[in-house]
Amino acid sequence: MDYVLLAEQFFNGFQLGILLFLVAAGLTLIFGIMDLVNLAHGTLYMFGAFFAATFVQLTDSLVFGMILTLPTMLVTGIILELGVLRTLYERDHLDQVLATFGLIIFFNELFLIVWGAGGTGINLPSYLIGTSELPGGISVPDYRIVIIISGLLVALLLYLLVSKTRIGMLIRAGASNREMVSALGINIKLLFTLVFGLGAVLAGFAGMIITPITQAESGMGEGMLILAFVVIVIGGIGSIKGAFIAAILTGLIDTMGRSFIDVALMSFMDSVAAETAGPAISSMLVYILMAVVLAIKPSGLFPPKGA
Amino acid sequence: MLKKFILAAPIAAMLSVPSVHANDDTVRVGINLTLSTPASILGLNSKAGFEVALKHLGGKVAGKKIELIFEDNQFKPAIGKQKSEKLVKKDKVHFLTGFIFSHILAASAPVGLKAGKFVISSNAGHSMFAGKKCHKNFFNSAWENTQTPMAVGQMLNNEGVKKLYILAPNYAAGKQMITGLTRTFKGKVVTKALTPMSQRDWSSDLSKIKAAKPDGVFVFYPGAWGPAFFTQYAQAGLHKTIPLYNAFSIDGANLPIFQKRNMTHLLGTMNANFWAPDLDTPANKRFVPAFKKHYKGQFPAHYAAQAYDALMLIAAGVRAAKGDLSNKDAIRKGMEEADFESVRGKIKFGKNHFPIQNFYARKVVNKNGQWQLSKVGDAVLKNHAPTNSAECKL
Repeated sequence: MDYVLLAEQFFNGFQLGILLFLVAAGLTLIFGIMDLVNLAHGTLYMFGAFFAATFVQLTDSLVFGMILTLPTMLVTGIILELGVLRTLYERDHLDQVLATFGLIIFFNELFLIVWGAGGTGINLPSYLIGTSELPGGISVPDYRIVIIISGLLVALLLYLLVSKTRIGMLIRAGASNREMVSALGINIKLLFTLVFGLGAVLAGFAGMIITPITQAESGMGEGMLILAFVVIVIGGIGSIKGAFIAAILTGLIDTMGRSFIDVALMSFMDSVAAETAGPAISSMLVYILMAVVLAIKPSGLFPPKGA
Repeated sequence: MLKKFILAAPIAAMLSVPSVHANDDTVRVGINLTLSTPASILGLNSKAGFEVALKHLGGKVAGKKIELIFEDNQFKPAIGKQKSEKLVKKDKVHFLTGFIFSHILAASAPVGLKAGKFVISSNAGHSMFAGKKCHKNFFNSAWENTQTPMAVGQMLNNEGVKKLYILAPNYAAGKQMITGLTRTFKGKVVTKALTPMSQRDWSSDLSKIKAAKPDGVFVFYPGAWGPAFFTQYAQAGLHKTIPLYNAFSIDGANLPIFQKRNMTHLLGTMNANFWAPDLDTPANKRFVPAFKKHYKGQFPAHYAAQAYDALMLIAAGVRAAKGDLSNKDAIRKGMEEADFESVRGKIKFGKNHFPIQNFYARKVVNKNGQWQLSKVGDAVLKNHAPTNSAECKL
């Protein structure tokens, strides 16, 4: 076993987990508190990527561009909530799926018209290009370390917001029992708008920090959306803690599976069969994980209390 | 009753619209391309190639006007088939051409062929049409899928690559690329990684490449995969130690994007193709500057070159039939003889109607401040026909 490769893949899986958490955190809040199935959450991720790329190009500074992106995402989220999603709360999930799916198609084509088929991207400044040597001969790209640290910081801030502030208390209460919160005279409409805005900022942040790696292209959010749904189902819908643990777990299993399953299969299959089966099995792993979790704990690993 | 009538009237009106294209003084060419979605970067390049060819023909052949009718298949085989049906039945085209993607061609070609039309693929090189499914009215002005990677394999042998790491997306064309490459590559293949089509982050693959220490990495990442993969390859620092080779991943359509993003590590990377913008043929010398003038100052990609040849091929067929569009045999004979100046020189068709042609190694160079692909040395494959040509019983 190559321990350096193992350690590097662990790091890669952790980084994917952090990114998944950022997308899933907003999704789980919106689904858990507002009972809204928002398929357009991946679209918010795409918004973050394109806004960040555009701002970075305009200001010629990675830091300024990224700082500008976050308030823009908040405003975008609030506009979408007020303009489109607010009308959907009373409807059933099927209507919500249809309307938010419409948003996906609309924005994918709009972005294609505005930014062109080649999409856009962010070039890293020279101080972030390169790799760092960690003890034991492990080397990792510098920017991926930035992603992990900034993602963990956001997770910490979110934890403090949810567990230590009044807004956070309302959010937790909303996740546990929506009707009771509004019966107690809390302005639930305002709370919903804020939660959606927060979710938009988190998804936008994820799209923003990944753009220097993956580049921004129309339709980039859909692959992320599916994994994020897997994460919130595993973690328990409405639970931030569940989303964090499930995201890290999903990131690690997905990356480890893709890295080592073909090698593992080759120990008892011929190499042609292993090369064919490897990608198929590794792309199924996270769904198998979800199925197992659902079989044992149908409401996820950490369902919010009272839900 | 009234309600029913209101509903029925417009439907009846639609049905009774006479065909707007009844007269045969016009050669109608239906062009089915992917013109939306991120994949449209290839289709738009191809479209411009057809337009330049039309301009060079003066919009006419054998005294007849040429009309190009473009349709967008939205990167979906089912929509592509509908659009082909529309072109064949409503527009009554004489020729059906275009097609960037093999799976869309596979769904569309039967529509044209069953209606007795000529179908000319200007890019998609699905292997089956060169072999068992070849057809007397089917032509290809490009290549068969495995030919280009076979040329890359030969190029890698010439470059002295002994240990190769292969990456391609997990779908039909990705697998056909690997089949072609391993047919000619003589060294050892360390890993064949088929990555999911939705993959945009290659971190785990890049770690594996680093651990495997190959002499070269081959990728087939056309369209949106390329920019993301190439960026991450440099971020991982691999471009300094392991040369990157590709098929259909760096071309005139995406080089302007790479240059704009200043991805200088791509300068010097190599791929192979039947054509290069600096290929020294009379037709290419007319085509390349005309294309640059027509399309944002960009160099054409092979998509445009093949589209140019597709329309020239159609014109050669109509010319041979002296403009008699009902004389299918004469048109077919004219197309088989292909009496026109192709951008690759003279086209010679095999009996499966795929070109028998040379393939060249090409390198990304910066010439007068504009990045382009430049031919390197002599052909790596000479007069090369699709490997499965013998399976065609024409």
